Amino acid sequence: MSEPHIMGERLVIVGNGMAAAKLCAELVDACPGRYALTVIGAEPHLAYNRVLLSSLLAGEVGADELTLHSRGWWEAHGIRLVCGNPAIAIDTGARTVRLADDTVLPFGKLVLATGSHPIRLPIPGMDLPGVMTFRDRADVEALLAAGAAGARAVVIGGGLLGLEAATGLAGAGVETTIVHLADRLMERQLDARAGAMLRGAVEARGIAVALNASTVAIEGEGRVTGLRLADGTVLPADLVVVACGVRPNADLARAAGLACNRGVLVDDGLATDHAGIFAIGECAEHRGLVYGLVEPAYEQARVLARRLSGRAGAYEGSVTATNLKVSGVHVFSAGDFLGAEGTQDLVLSDPGIGLYRRLVVREDARGTRLVGAVLYGDTADGLFYRDLIRSGRDISGRRADIAFGRCDFPEDTNLTAEAA
Amino acid sequence: MNAPVPAQAALTALTGPAVHLAAPAGQGAVRTTCPYCGVGCGVLATPDGAGGAAVAGDPEHPANFGRLCSKGSALGETLGLGTRLLHPMMRGADGSMARTGWDTALDRIAQAFEDTIERHGPDAVALYLSGQLLTEDYYAANKLAKGFLGTANVDTNSRLCMASSVAGHRRAFGSDTVPGSYADLDEADLVVLVGSNAAWCHPILYRRLEAARLKRGTRLVVIDPRLTATADDADLFLPVKPGKDAIVFAGLLTWLADGDHLDEAYVAAHTRGFDEALAAARRLAPSVEAAALEAGVAAEDLAAFYRLFAGTGRTVTCYSQGVNQSAQGTDKVGAIINCHIATGRIGRPGMGPFSLTGQPNAMGGREVGGLANQLAAHMNFTAPEIDRVRRFWQAPRMAEREGLKAVQMFEAIAAGRIKALWILGTNPAVSLPRADAARDALRRLDFLAISENVATNDTLGCRPHLILPALAWGEKDGTVTNSERRISRQRAFLAPPGEAKPDWWAVAEVGRRLGFGEAFAWRSAADVFREHAALSSFENEGVRDFDLGGLKDMPDAAFDAMAPVQWPVRRPEDTGEKRFFADGRFYTPDGRARFVAPDPPALATATDAEFPFILNTGRIRDQWHTMTRSGLSPRLAAHLPVPFVEIHPDDAAPLGIGDGDAVRLVSIHGTAVVEAQLVPGQRRHNLFAPIHWSGANSSAGRIGALVAGTTDPFSGQPESKATPVRMERLDMPFRGFVLMRRDIGPPPVACWARAAVEGGVGYILADPQPPRDWMTGWCAALGADAADYDDAGAGRYRLAAFEGGRLAVLGFMERSRQRLDWSGVLPLLADGVIAPDQRRALLSGRTEGGAGAGPLVCACHGVPRAAIEAAIAGDPRASVESLGRCLKAGTNCGSCIPELRRMLRQVMEVT
Repeated sequence: MSEPHIMGERLVIVGNGMAAAKLCAELVDACPGRYALTVIGAEPHLAYNRVLLSSLLAGEVGADELTLHSRGWWEAHGIRLVCGNPAIAIDTGARTVRLADDTVLPFGKLVLATGSHPIRLPIPGMDLPGVMTFRDRADVEALLAAGAAGARAVVIGGGLLGLEAATGLAGAGVETTIVHLADRLMERQLDARAGAMLRGAVEARGIAVALNASTVAIEGEGRVTGLRLADGTVLPADLVVVACGVRPNADLARAAGLACNRGVLVDDGLATDHAGIFAIGECAEHRGLVYGLVEPAYEQARVLARRLSGRAGAYEGSVTATNLKVSGVHVFSAGDFLGAEGTQDLVLSDPGIGLYRRLVVREDARGTRLVGAVLYGDTADGLFYRDLIRSGRDISGRRADIAFGRCDFPEDTNLTAEAA
Repeated sequence: MNAPVPAQAALTALTGPAVHLAAPAGQGAVRTTCPYCGVGCGVLATPDGAGGAAVAGDPEHPANFGRLCSKGSALGETLGLGTRLLHPMMRGADGSMARTGWDTALDRIAQAFEDTIERHGPDAVALYLSGQLLTEDYYAANKLAKGFLGTANVDTNSRLCMASSVAGHRRAFGSDTVPGSYADLDEADLVVLVGSNAAWCHPILYRRLEAARLKRGTRLVVIDPRLTATADDADLFLPVKPGKDAIVFAGLLTWLADGDHLDEAYVAAHTRGFDEALAAARRLAPSVEAAALEAGVAAEDLAAFYRLFAGTGRTVTCYSQGVNQSAQGTDKVGAIINCHIATGRIGRPGMGPFSLTGQPNAMGGREVGGLANQLAAHMNFTAPEIDRVRRFWQAPRMAEREGLKAVQMFEAIAAGRIKALWILGTNPAVSLPRADAARDALRRLDFLAISENVATNDTLGCRPHLILPALAWGEKDGTVTNSERRISRQRAFLAPPGEAKPDWWAVAEVGRRLGFGEAFAWRSAADVFREHAALSSFENEGVRDFDLGGLKDMPDAAFDAMAPVQWPVRRPEDTGEKRFFADGRFYTPDGRARFVAPDPPALATATDAEFPFILNTGRIRDQWHTMTRSGLSPRLAAHLPVPFVEIHPDDAAPLGIGDGDAVRLVSIHGTAVVEAQLVPGQRRHNLFAPIHWSGANSSAGRIGALVAGTTDPFSGQPESKATPVRMERLDMPFRGFVLMRRDIGPPPVACWARAAVEGGVGYILADPQPPRDWMTGWCAALGADAADYDDAGAGRYRLAAFEGGRLAVLGFMERSRQRLDWSGVLPLLADGVIAPDQRRALLSGRTEGGAGAGPLVCACHGVPRAAIEAAIAGDPRASVESLGRCLKAGTNCGSCIPELRRMLRQVMEVT
């Protein structure tokens, strides 16, 4: 390793996921050489793009294509990678991190980017062989191993993860059923109509969908044979994928005495209540919110990199925007897309070409603002809507137009709105 | 709200193929005559072999010398068979109409007439005809009724159009004679237009007048209560109070007498009643100031007109419906003619009173006598003439007295005195005054037969017992006469579709079935025409003005080849231009013209607190009558696509009426709902609404329902232009449109109007209810492949339905005080498959290059308002000529030139 890096302050990042990789990339841009960077990962791989796991499962991409930065990149930037050797404790007093192999690493500054755990259901049978999660590359490998063509799989959870798992399995020839507690798929990202359209698209891929379906037990003697629903139905299964969501992985922080709620509590500087210790990504809880998406994690990484490089920066929360392709369909949602008291909907729907979009606006004396959006099928304008939601600009002059895509706002309209 | 017109969809089964089958292909241009106004322009129609035809003006026709107006130019767009009636239909016992054969249908008419006459006498039978019929059809119907049924209850929609001119002519001249020729307009130094919006309603004559203005500086004076496109273009405009035209001309007669401008020799030698007429004129208009005050015009303007008239020998006074459609129309005509015979300015080049008729063959109808108060061929119900006609026809059952004129005829129908009626080629449930009452009367008939082109209109919705498919323009063959007494051929250039037949044939078949085979033995239109010509010359010897003796022995080939000719044609070689009365020989018993002392002018019904506005009615530039033909042309629909009322802004404001608002007009007789157009040129306390909309093309635009129609005592013509009404704003916050490739009928909204568009039809909509309620259900009913946009908060709803990937229906509704412009999306209706990425743009209302072009100003070349505005904005020296060069606007019929001038003026005023 080259000299200048050793001279830098020791910055240890616990976690080798997308947030950590982003933070490293920002830091080497913002203040090359300022820190001696060490990244500690539980998984044996280089940091990879978790969003593509379903593509990997479906065989659409190879494992290598998931990698975010090549080994050469890490080496070139003098970042020390510790893979397959998770951190197991933090000593805030001694300012050290202990690893699974009992290595102790001292740090000047510490960043927690430990991500989240898949939620496991408190029901009988969860420990049976054949019950799996879908969170990392190991899960994918296990699913690929278990999910031979002709096998039957039940995926518990009709959110993004579950849909991706189901899509991947179906793509691999597995007869797949999604069992979902809510009345529609992806209820946190989609409204009823988009959910219904997505269901149609999912079913068109040969995946069965059971909504309002509560799993009460996983059945099997020595191995999974089925899944029992609250209404008594038993769905035969060789494989059960539990994909009902995640919870922040704040285990280390909590054990180390850092202030935690659902996640590790951070301020607008992404700092925990212990000096020099920060948290970003899915493990962090900011202003009461824990984000389960890549984009807020990246925003947090950018802000933290600025601060660690000695510049000003504050993270004021993210307008959550879901912008993804699920089961072959582009979906987008942002803001308060379900609407609330006093909001109005602008709905464009063309089922014939698989298009649906709903914009939620709020009208008051100062004008009309976009507060939420859900797009299905064509999400090209998603960022335009996200920006409108963020800026809160008055759209009343273009109300008739905005549902149809990006449009110009005459400057004067905006000035008037701001003056008002 | 409107007549229960059978839905278009329900009638598609009856209307058969969309184009003419077996249309003659490869044949050259056929010379024919335009079926619209009374100008009677020659048309060259070149069949395309696929049921359509290319249409151009006939350069050799002396009415138009190759020009056509917007309506005539668009004739080619009106030849489809989609709306046509193609088979006889008979009402069954269960009340439904079912197809039947001609034999059965004709038997039924003959039987019904025979039974009715037997039980109730001949006057319980009536025929109601049309200025759209060919002379041969008219002749046959008149002959059947007056000679063989024994009733003179034969009247026509021409009664609503020019009966006062007929009566005025007969009173002054002793005959229904138009003294002059169109050439007089080319040769006059002063043209006075009274109650005539010629720029819109007789565009080709107006073009001739414009050419004369350019060439010889002809001055134009317009006398009209309304600032029309014509008035806007005049050298002098006298905005006369409604009904006060006679004051202007009484004042003129006084001025002419006092200023020594009379042709005293002519008056002395050839007239009678001058002193009484002058005395009456002095009572009405003792001075210019008094006349001006009474007529509601500025005294200096009136004096300027009088000076101009007095000092200009070559003066033509043209008048049209503003004069005729009045309870005092005959007196108005008399007051005008007085001034011409007092100055001897009649029947000489560039001089004379000139009635501009509204319909293509109103004149032909007058010639055959197809009016209840005429017998035949300019003969009347005098004993010798009845006898003469009886002998000529060898008629067993002559009508011996005048029959009932249109308005009275429908009153007799309502009263049950007329039991059996045959309507040919007209739509009285729309066009008659008190149209609701007329509609109700029709439903009460024991027997109603209708000969029609179209499968659906308001009159067909009046429970007829029988409907008969008539030939339409392009299929029928015969003659028409225009306003200058010129007989022209309408020739067939398309094969008869379905079982459609000539009207003269149907009439003759009924005559034969009644046992008069010999009298109705015609084999062709030429046969009928020859008989008509023979009757006109029968024992004539120059006693009657109307004489076609020179044509009575014309062989078929000569009839086929007949060139346009002015009557009289006393001898075969008698084909030159003719004027009447320069020689002072009139057709009164003593051969002298009669001066007329008009009654003091007053509207038949005065306004009052309940009905404070006077409703004027009339035509618009690009439509014709009830739009059954012109309404098929997308180009013609683009200028003014909805029924409207013009209101002075100061009348609208106190009622909270804004431009574009829905307005309910109410008279004592009926109501209509139309769009408000605020027009500063509209006279205060006066409204104007067009006559073209009906229950078949609008929810409530049928303006005839309001019209009181008090009739003129001499002519029986109803006063259609001055009905007291009130108006109120209707809250219709939701406006929009639906475009359809195939017409599935109007959507369920309060207010709609249908307009032809390229690739289909459009419905322009207004509604008090948020659109979502009906549009979602309606959208669902359109089928699976439908897209929609719903902004309930803004009251905005849009939908598109597709069939095979092509746009089938496109609807936009939103909260708006104005009609929504569909020009941005219209091109897509005629498009092929809409690509998925275009489908989203479709509902945005923004398509490439199509945004907001506005209404068509130049219908002939399809130039929209926006293009003209842009051209004017881009050229500080823009002129009518430069607009013509760069956009072609105004270079065909020129009827948009007044509007172009107005737009140019507005820009100049702004800058």
